[in-house]
Amino acid sequence: MPISFDVPQDVLNQTQMTRMLAEQVMRTISRYYDEHEHERPWEYINVIWPFMQQIEAANLERSLRRNGQALAEEAGQTKRSTTHVRMIHMIEALSWGDAGIYLCTPSSALAGAAIQAVGTPEQKERFLRRFTHGKPKWGAMAMTEPQAGSDTSAIQTTARLDPQTNEWVLNGTKTFCTNGRLAACESDGLIVVWATLDKSLGRAGMRPFVVEAGTPGMHIIHQEKKLGIRASDTATIRFEECRIPFDHILGSPELVRPDEQEGKGFKGAMKTFDATRPYVAASAIGIARAAFEFTRDTLAAQGITIPTSAPLHQLSAVQRDLLQMEMDLKAAWLLTIRAAALLDAGESNTLEASMAKVKAGKVVTTITQKCVELLGPLGYSQDLLVEKWMRDAKINDIYEGTGQINTLIVARRILGYTRAELK
Amino acid sequence: MYSFDLTDEQKMLTDAVQRYATRQLRAMYREAEEAGALPADVIQTGWELGLLPALIPESFGGYGEHSALNGALIVEALGYGDVAAALHLLSPNLVAIPILLCGTLQQKQTYLPQFCTETFPKATAAFLEPTVAFDPHHLTTKAHRVGDEYVLQGQKTMVINADEAETLLVYACEEQTGTTQAFLVPVHAPRIHLKRRERWMGFHALKTFTVELAEVTIPVANKLGGPTGIDLDAILTCSRIAVAGLGVGLAKAAFEYARDYAKERVAFGEPIAHRQAIAFMLADMAIEIDATRLLVWEAAWKFDQGRPAVHDAYLAAHYAADMALKVTDGAVQVLGGHGYIRDHPVELWLRNGRGLVTLVGSVIV
Repeated sequence: MPISFDVPQDVLNQTQMTRMLAEQVMRTISRYYDEHEHERPWEYINVIWPFMQQIEAANLERSLRRNGQALAEEAGQTKRSTTHVRMIHMIEALSWGDAGIYLCTPSSALAGAAIQAVGTPEQKERFLRRFTHGKPKWGAMAMTEPQAGSDTSAIQTTARLDPQTNEWVLNGTKTFCTNGRLAACESDGLIVVWATLDKSLGRAGMRPFVVEAGTPGMHIIHQEKKLGIRASDTATIRFEECRIPFDHILGSPELVRPDEQEGKGFKGAMKTFDATRPYVAASAIGIARAAFEFTRDTLAAQGITIPTSAPLHQLSAVQRDLLQMEMDLKAAWLLTIRAAALLDAGESNTLEASMAKVKAGKVVTTITQKCVELLGPLGYSQDLLVEKWMRDAKINDIYEGTGQINTLIVARRILGYTRAELK
Repeated sequence: MYSFDLTDEQKMLTDAVQRYATRQLRAMYREAEEAGALPADVIQTGWELGLLPALIPESFGGYGEHSALNGALIVEALGYGDVAAALHLLSPNLVAIPILLCGTLQQKQTYLPQFCTETFPKATAAFLEPTVAFDPHHLTTKAHRVGDEYVLQGQKTMVINADEAETLLVYACEEQTGTTQAFLVPVHAPRIHLKRRERWMGFHALKTFTVELAEVTIPVANKLGGPTGIDLDAILTCSRIAVAGLGVGLAKAAFEYARDYAKERVAFGEPIAHRQAIAFMLADMAIEIDATRLLVWEAAWKFDQGRPAVHDAYLAAHYAADMALKVTDGAVQVLGGHGYIRDHPVELWLRNGRGLVTLVGSVIV
């Protein structure tokens, strides 16, 4: 297909719904949930759930098909998938509404991504079917630990096989688990927990395990109080002799020496970032657009507008700031679209996903901070949402790999370096 | 549906230009810069690529159609080779493309076949003016209508290859309407003065001149576009796309050079690219180059689709000018002391990088 920036038709079809939801539901409850940190935005959850069930069902069917004999058939299809492109548009629009509330979207989320990436068809059916019917449910990923953030290979949570019962026994503490409480005890959801079978193997010893809601030995011990995205549930989970059936392991239980082969489980986790990083970038861009549009419109009411094509010497400092924001926003969005479109085309996008994430994380931070400045007392006031957007924005340069981690990924790729060569 | 794939034809086109840029332009640009002149044979080879006739329809002697997107691909490849040579090579475009976009049928029939010849066309444009407050929509050069003639008065700068040109497209403020219009002027008309060859911080190999129009008289028929005149925004849009595309190519050259150098250069026992301080600069360059290319492509694609693209191209050009400066400066920094001396190309690229912002109106695709 030749170069094209045409928004796909199915994206346009969903736009009206997401815009309506963002404007009429999310914006009206935005401040309330910023101020009532650990309450759940049911107004939003109940509206989005039917839609999410459809998406979950479609994703599950596609994932199962990919496992089955229909593989060849799908490869032969000329029609390109728009799954990820559709998702980034949706996430961008919802985050324009409220990024914290968007994060409360009931779905299999990161847990679903991991299960789809490395799970067997039977596991996909068993773990993901629940997200296509019934009451709202959440999936969550528990990776980060108090002593292991970006350095995921340093995780201490252990998984031990009890040969008597053929069960895995998990022990350890996970922090910063988005939707952890919603997944573990407020719905019939599940959590994908990363644990090590053998610490001496580093990444090669790590495996993801599925722990279903209500499993004994899994305790929510803390809910974070945060700078922004306060509507989002961020939990600390302790696993104490938490027993799960043998077939809750994702990927092979066999261990290989790291010198023989990079840990497959770990690679599986990294693969899910190819999709989730553009998602985070899209969320960042949604917040940035909210702040930018509000600032632009407020200034326009004061007679300060963005010129269509005036020479630079005719612009005021504020106009140049607006122009810079507009350019940065566009640049980040185009990088994000490219990362998602590549994934839809079945092409590798690890480099492009990190590029989008770096750029979007950076620009949402600078744009929202600049908007607070440009709007003066209005920007700083809690009567408006601009200050909140600035607080919400910052997380995008941190989670799913900080700006620095993603820059490191880009650097290694463009230089052709390994982890050992470029630390 | 989004897609970022080149068609097979576009791949062939960019491959051909890229090959020319790498083999021919990269082989001579330093010598040309120092000598202040481009080798005629290299320019002739570049002309024989047929880049301009490929944008002109068959009915006017060419073998293609105008495409800002193809233009963007071409300028990126040329900018990767050498910006001065690119500007020289594309100088006939400064007349041909506005005629293609805005000319009357008669003007197209008269002039466009002249751009589909085997030898380099002797045509260029006079757009930029030597003032800090330069504004394309409010030019200081005036066109005053007297009967069946226009009288042109004013001073122009950065007129590429003015000494060789026979046709000059002069942009001026049409006094009766207050709008910017373009006029086809024979260079050898009386009272056109080539004041001097100019010297810029970069582009030393490129010949540009200050041109004075001291009451130059031309027939009314020489006004581009007839009574309707020109669509200045369309011309500026295609020019901004060209400037931005050049910036992407230039930055790509500087990035690749700095990247390769950083992998070779050893300090404290290992290549400097092993350090995040260097590696992160390079990563940022790569991200910004990709982002800019997408901005350029989107603006060009919109223009080709007939959608509003003025603002997109404006943003792309500004973004690209900033980016190219940042990347070329970063390349000098990565090379350290070696970046500052003229044995390496990066100092030249930094000088060219700063020049991009002034090039709107001096290059078009």
